[in-house]
Amino acid sequence: MVRPAPAPVPGSMSDLSGRPRHDGPPPATEEEVRAILSGVPDPEIPVISVTDLGIVRDVALRDGTCRVAITPTYSGCPATSVISFAIEAALRDAGLEPVIETRIDPPWTTDWLTETGRAKLLAYGIAPPSPAGGPEACPQCGASDLTRISNHGSTPCKAQWRCDACQEPFNYFKCH
Amino acid sequence: MSALGPLATRMGDNTLILGHRLSEWCGQAPALEEDIALANTALDLIGQTQMWLGLAAEIAGEGKTADDLAMRRDVWDFRNLLLVERPNVDFAYTTTRQFLFDRWHLPMLDALSRSSEPRVAAIAAKAVKEATYHAERSAELVVALGDGTAESHDRMQAALDALWPYTGEMFIGDDIDAELASEGIAPAPESLRDGWEEAVRTFLADATLSVPDSDFAHRGGRSGARHSEHLGHLLTQMQWLQRAYPDATW
Repeated sequence: MVRPAPAPVPGSMSDLSGRPRHDGPPPATEEEVRAILSGVPDPEIPVISVTDLGIVRDVALRDGTCRVAITPTYSGCPATSVISFAIEAALRDAGLEPVIETRIDPPWTTDWLTETGRAKLLAYGIAPPSPAGGPEACPQCGASDLTRISNHGSTPCKAQWRCDACQEPFNYFKCH
Repeated sequence: MSALGPLATRMGDNTLILGHRLSEWCGQAPALEEDIALANTALDLIGQTQMWLGLAAEIAGEGKTADDLAMRRDVWDFRNLLLVERPNVDFAYTTTRQFLFDRWHLPMLDALSRSSEPRVAAIAAKAVKEATYHAERSAELVVALGDGTAESHDRMQAALDALWPYTGEMFIGDDIDAELASEGIAPAPESLRDGWEEAVRTFLADATLSVPDSDFAHRGGRSGARHSEHLGHLLTQMQWLQRAYPDATW
C-alpha cells in the first residue's frame, strides 16, 4: 500500500506551495524587493522572515538583475544554503534575475533582529535574545524564575531553558 | 605573503578534524542535551572549516575549493594539531580534549580578529563568537565532571594525563609563524602560552584535577611531519565517498 505523503507544514522547508507568489510587473525599487524578501520565511523558525532575522545585508537592483547580500547567522548553520535557495526562488518568481552573495563581515549579531522579529519569536514561544545573556521572562507564563538547561538547542541559534513557575521548557534565542 | 595559505590550512584542518571527531558522537552522547551540544559544536567547527579552507583554496588557486582540500588530501598534507586527531575514547577524553583546545582556540581567534589581513580578521571575528560558547561549555563540564563523582573524577584525571603531552604543540612556533607574526597577520604561538596556562590551571583547580608535572610535547601535526595513526583512520571514514566515487555530486 502506498501511503500518501504527509502534508507539508505551512511555511516549512518542505512547503514549496505556500511560497509567496508575485503577480504583475517585476519590482522596480529596492523597497519592493525588500517587501518580497520579507515574505521569505526562515526555514528553521518559519514564523520569522529573512528580513526579520536581519541577515539581508544589502539589496541592489540593476537592469532586471537583483543582487542580495546575506550573512550567515552561525557559520555552520545548514539553513543558510536553504535560505539562499528560497531567496533566489522568490526573486525569480517576481521576474528578477537573482545573484546571491554571502558576506561574513561584519559578522551577524542578534542586534540585527527587527522588533517585529522579536515579537514574532515571543508569540511563537521562543524567548528573544536579551543583553543580560538569558531570557527575561518565560514566553508561556511570563514568570522570571528561570533555569538554563543547556546552551545548545535544536538549532545553533537557540538554547534550552526551563520556567520554574510553570515548569515548562522553552527555547531561548541566544544573544550573539 | 606565502605564509597566509599555511595559516588558513592549519586553522581549517584543526576545525575540520575536531569537528569530525565530535560528529562521531552524534546519537551516542550520555544525555540528549550533550548530544545536541556536541553536534552543534561540530557544526560550528565544520562551518568555520568552510571559511578557512575556502581561503586556503582561494590562495592555492587552480580552481580548488574547500571541499577539494577537505576530501582529497591524504594524511601527510594535513596541518592540524595532534591534539584534535586524538580519538574520542570516552566522554571524559572528549570533554578534556575540547577544553584544552577551546582555551587555545578562543584567544587565538580573538587575536586573529585583529589581523592585518582583512580576510583572516573577518573569518576570525565570525568564529570567535561561536568559540566563546564552546569554551564556556567545555570549562563548565570539566569542573562538573572533575569535581563530580569518584568515577567521573578518575576518568577526567586519566584523560588529562593522557592528553597533556599534546598541548605543547599549540605553542611551538616555526618559520611560518615567525613570518605571520612579523607581518601582524597572526600572533606568535608562544605569546598565547601564559594566558592559556593561567586559564587552564584555574579551571583544573576548580575541577580538583592535578596538572601533570611534565612539559614533554608531542609534535609533528601542524608541520605535517608526524601525524598519529589515528588521523589516517579518521580520513578513511570521512573521505570514503570521494575516494570510492571521485567527483560524485548530489
